[in-house]
Amino acid sequence: MIPIVINNLKKSYGAVQAVKGVSFEVEVGEVFGLIGPDGAGKTTIIRTLVSLLDPDEGEIIFMGKNVIGNTKFVRSNIGYMPQRFSLYRDLTVEENLRFFGDLFKVSTDVQDKLMKKLYAFSKLAPFKNRRAEALSGGMKQKLALSCMLMHQPKVIVLDEPTFGVDPVSRSEFWDILKSLAHEGTSVLVSTAYMDEAELCDKIALMFQGNFLALDKPDKLLQSYEFPLYLIETDQVHTAYNKLYKLEEFSDCNLFGNGLHVSDKNNYGEAGIKGILDKKQVEYKSVHRIEADLEDIFLKLIKDGSETSGREQR
Amino acid sequence: MTNSGYTVHVENLTRMFGTFKAVDNVSFQVKPGEIFGFLGANGAGKTTTIRMLCGLLLPTSGKAIVAGYDVYKDTEAIKRHIGYMAQRFSLYEDLTVRENIEFYGGVYGLNRKQIKTKTAELLDYLKLWEHADKLTASLPLGWKQRMALSTALLHNPDLIFLDEPTSGVDPESRRNFWMLIYELSEQGKTIFVTTHFMDEAEYCHRLSIMRDGKIVELDKPQSLKQKYKADTMQDVFMKVVQKVEA
Repeated sequence: MIPIVINNLKKSYGAVQAVKGVSFEVEVGEVFGLIGPDGAGKTTIIRTLVSLLDPDEGEIIFMGKNVIGNTKFVRSNIGYMPQRFSLYRDLTVEENLRFFGDLFKVSTDVQDKLMKKLYAFSKLAPFKNRRAEALSGGMKQKLALSCMLMHQPKVIVLDEPTFGVDPVSRSEFWDILKSLAHEGTSVLVSTAYMDEAELCDKIALMFQGNFLALDKPDKLLQSYEFPLYLIETDQVHTAYNKLYKLEEFSDCNLFGNGLHVSDKNNYGEAGIKGILDKKQVEYKSVHRIEADLEDIFLKLIKDGSETSGREQR
Repeated sequence: MTNSGYTVHVENLTRMFGTFKAVDNVSFQVKPGEIFGFLGANGAGKTTTIRMLCGLLLPTSGKAIVAGYDVYKDTEAIKRHIGYMAQRFSLYEDLTVRENIEFYGGVYGLNRKQIKTKTAELLDYLKLWEHADKLTASLPLGWKQRMALSTALLHNPDLIFLDEPTSGVDPESRRNFWMLIYELSEQGKTIFVTTHFMDEAEYCHRLSIMRDGKIVELDKPQSLKQKYKADTMQDVFMKVVQKVEA
């Protein structure tokens, strides 16, 4: 049975269409990422799935049952970590875990076994007598995740769990998610960080309530149709202003390491250098690179706005 | 006022909390017009350092001159000469765009005439005239972000602190934002960025990485990548921060 099946989900708040008809499935042991900026509709999808919000249209099937009408079933079988998770600040790490275990009526024996495993995952054992409020941001997130796992849900749903967490703690957090998935837990996770998108088994790139793409990250990466070049320069913003309107490149985007331009006419490295010289753009080097997910996302957003522009005309 | 030619001049800066050295003998300089990235793991001492630089917390020892003012003596002057844009912004959602600008103008001590001129300037610059009297809540996130940046610049500070300025913003708006930052840098404004977003860090001219209260790396992003033989800043960061634990 596929744990999560969503068909044509729509949800509006007043005049704002937050989710405009999306469909996807999350399979057993899969990490599925909802990737997109704030306001893309990620939280709305998650809240409808965990039965906190009714959809306007569409169908949400959780472990074979319709979410509507089965609220109790959904809530006792899903692990949900909202954006602002509230731990009990004045309880210790261990007390927090016990509290969530008791809440879900998990016997003390089972709690003991689980805690051993969760401490191994989270490396929180040395801090088990520390109050939650005295933990670092990354440790708080790991404790929140551990609390949510105390009732051993088969499906876990996390809304931007790593927001504001440093890269090392984020990477540790993702290691835990991956090992849970490896054991057969299905994971639905939202994030605005592109580097995390690449760690998912499957992703939906979300923008303004729509899926711009839904695929495995490596398939999406291969979908970039033109050769992509990196122009390294100390004057990246001047270079951008000179190049972004040129016909020669279908995409020209600012990145931290320079400009990424797509060579739709196959000029190659030498040809591109010629264009830069003609336009008096200073550069240090030009070389071929592979597209990353941010390149893909930018292209899809641009294609989308061009299509909707044509429709309006 | 002291003029060392740097917007931020820090020497042997230390801050203790009890016996804990939150910031441990840190030294660095930031030039006018520089975009300086300030990175580190949670708890490495970034926030403590920034609070000292903003005149919100006294150092235990060492020296720090910010925009020409001493963090021990001139804390009020520092506050007038720096701007601060918080993570996920601090605009009043239920005020209109114009009201927000006027409000912050007041907070920064501008007089009525200055507020009027500055409001017009900003609405021009942000191309927000059409939306001047709409509620801030109704604006797309990318616009709110540019607005938050502009209100932090109302009192024409020499130095502006940005805390994860583009997290949660779509990739296009993020780039528009960085184009604004580069323009400010060309005008001579100094930009001090803290972020956990390594793509964002790479837009900076120079990066420092803190670990256990110390600055353990300080260089151009490109040079750091070469030094650590890493393709991305993410890799560099992981290697730098985990070096001791490993």
